[in-house]
Amino acid sequence: MSYSLRTAYDREFIQIQDNLLQMGSMVDQAIALSLESLQNRDRALAKQVIDDDENINALRFKIEDACLALIATQQPAASDLRAVVAVITIVINMERMADHAAGIAKTVILMGDEPLLKPLIDIPHMVRLAREMLGEVLQAFVEHDADTAQMIANRDDEMDRLYQAIFEELLEIMADKPDSAERATYLMWCAHNLERIGDRVTNIAERVIFVSTGDMRELNV
Amino acid sequence: MRPMANKTQSPKIAVQELDFYYGSVRALSLVSMEILECQVTALIGPSGCGKSTFLRCLNRMNDMIPNTRLEGKVLLDGEDIYHPSVDVVDLRQRIGMVFQTPNPFPQSVFDNVAFGPRVLGLTRGREELDAIVERSLKRAALWEEVKDHLNAGAMELSLGEQQRLCIARVLAVEPEVILMDEPTSALDPIATLQIEELVRELSKRYTIVVVTHNMQQAARVSDKTGLFWLGELVEFDNTARIFTRPKEPRTEAYITGRVG
Repeated sequence: MSYSLRTAYDREFIQIQDNLLQMGSMVDQAIALSLESLQNRDRALAKQVIDDDENINALRFKIEDACLALIATQQPAASDLRAVVAVITIVINMERMADHAAGIAKTVILMGDEPLLKPLIDIPHMVRLAREMLGEVLQAFVEHDADTAQMIANRDDEMDRLYQAIFEELLEIMADKPDSAERATYLMWCAHNLERIGDRVTNIAERVIFVSTGDMRELNV
Repeated sequence: MRPMANKTQSPKIAVQELDFYYGSVRALSLVSMEILECQVTALIGPSGCGKSTFLRCLNRMNDMIPNTRLEGKVLLDGEDIYHPSVDVVDLRQRIGMVFQTPNPFPQSVFDNVAFGPRVLGLTRGREELDAIVERSLKRAALWEEVKDHLNAGAMELSLGEQQRLCIARVLAVEPEVILMDEPTSALDPIATLQIEELVRELSKRYTIVVVTHNMQQAARVSDKTGLFWLGELVEFDNTARIFTRPKEPRTEAYITGRVG
């Protein structure tokens, strides 16, 4: 009872899934480049991240459109229906992640030529974590792997701890040296964008669990 | 798919560990199901899975097939419909049936609907009979189309109209339960949607059990859905649940089309 009578459906869904993974790698690239632009104070690169966000937005609408067409023409049910609805939620979340990467790039442009307040340590750590989480959650989606999705959501706690540490450190610096407030705020914005990216990955992890198990629940509340 | 009634109800029909045999072939195995009043219950499953056999057990239509045997119980309002004291004609008045192909009598529209009340002696005069015919045709959403041609032949109606006429004929004898065996499989999409709308409307007054090969139809019209497979009731649950988060792998396989 394993062979499929839905080869047309399967073919179209795999196409959607390929586009989803492509969008994932574009978002991953945006996060990586936003950090690079911050580290190198590269405003041209920051502008590129902001411009590329348009392509990510366009792909999101293309995927959403394909999902609606698939629902309308193929009437998926059960895990098929859960998966195609999950794709819509996932692309919305990934589009927002790209907005957060663009947010970091915009901050880089605002910073101008002001030197960094302090060497970047925890922010690159957050970026590494965010990229790993994104890659893993998309893999878990493809493999319907609820256990991995749950573990990814747990890693968001680490993201939150890093953000909290950065927040407290920058607050101390601002208290000591009030004239550093502007530069501290810029770094705070960058860290906040990364923290939000972690939350978006958690949203995707919730969807992966729903697709795999039918169990709809909020993680990390 | 419709919101569930939230009060707890005793079942209109309770089926308990039903086995059914054609000769030595066991067509149903230990099927138990509670059918709630004023709900639409859809039965789905591949051909030969037992869903139509099960439906016909609910008003003893299988009695007419020789060399069959039934074990277990079917209770209507708590009373065993297979008890020797049950009058099968009374039973089938309480539990009416609509078939796959519309089967009006080759008579007028009026006489088709009036047939049951006349045979059962339900009316005292022409006026009362007129009222029953009008009410039944209205409830079957056919009145507006036929009210000026009640004496026209039923066979002149379109197939969709004929099927609604057959439903009106069932309604005329004031049933409590209506069984429908693939009621739209001979109809075009518009006539199909008209019947589906009608099923929803009728479920305000009547308990409806519908066998369908069209899974989307089950999803659209029913409150509860049961999946039959090789004579077993694999899963029976709220329709929304069955079509989004079925518990049984066989249900999942069947409704996603991943089964041979």
